[in-house]
Amino acid sequence: MCKNKNKDLRSTWIWQGIKPVKLGICVLEGPYQHEASDTAYNFAVAALEKGHEIFRVFFYHDGVNNATRLMVPPQDDRHIQKRWSELAEQHNLDLVVCVAAAQRRGILDEEEMKRHGKDANNIAPGFRISGLGQLIEAEIQCDRVVFFGD
Amino acid sequence: MSDVKKFLYVNRKAPHGTIYALESLEVVLIGAAFEQDVALAFLDDGVYQLVKGWDTSELGVKNFQPAYTALGDYDIQKVYVERESLEERGLSEDDLIEMTYEDEDDDWAEKSSIRIVSREEMAQIMRDSDVILSF
Repeated sequence: MCKNKNKDLRSTWIWQGIKPVKLGICVLEGPYQHEASDTAYNFAVAALEKGHEIFRVFFYHDGVNNATRLMVPPQDDRHIQKRWSELAEQHNLDLVVCVAAAQRRGILDEEEMKRHGKDANNIAPGFRISGLGQLIEAEIQCDRVVFFGD
Repeated sequence: MSDVKKFLYVNRKAPHGTIYALESLEVVLIGAAFEQDVALAFLDDGVYQLVKGWDTSELGVKNFQPAYTALGDYDIQKVYVERESLEERGLSEDDLIEMTYEDEDDDWAEKSSIRIVSREEMAQIMRDSDVILSF
């Protein structure tokens, strides 16, 4: 029944969970200032509940700021980084932070910290730093990559 | 990865004021290595990215406009610019930088990559694309 090439219909099938698809997610905005990361997270949770595969979540632009483990939001608010880290652990998700965007904004893992002679790193559990090629690869491999931006 | 998809990079934002344009360009340059069918679209304030004569000296940021003219070297041959977006901003094709590619099928003749298209045509171009990266 999915032979129809009509993309609108195909997206309807995605929403109805009729045919499991391979999804990519791209988060373009940082935490709290914009809702993009929240919406992307909710989308990821809903997609996983419906049985879809999430091939990769790619963080770009200010989206890389979702990956700092140093954020300390008020206790009665959601913890955006922890939420992503926990979802990654539960579902073995691949959370990838763009290295070029991360370097500009001071998001470092241990390797990057050493490479640039910095005295600290801040990458959160479940996230890894890699190149933009990971986004292009997701576009090639996935049925659809959904962008969450401003 | 043998399957080739039709990629469309959609640029909607002004070149300065935010980093979207610069970081979009970085994706295009990296993506060029993956040998996909690549096209670029410029609409809304994104058309300002192609307006010639940038001077960023007083902004204190790098002038990355030369990178657009180099896209032909990355085998990017299709640059769609929306006519309505130009007109709404008092711009025409004459205000845009030159973007060219060498046509392999025509004895490597240098040709313009820029194609001015209507909003309706742009919608069709988006429909015909497998992958849309919107920045």
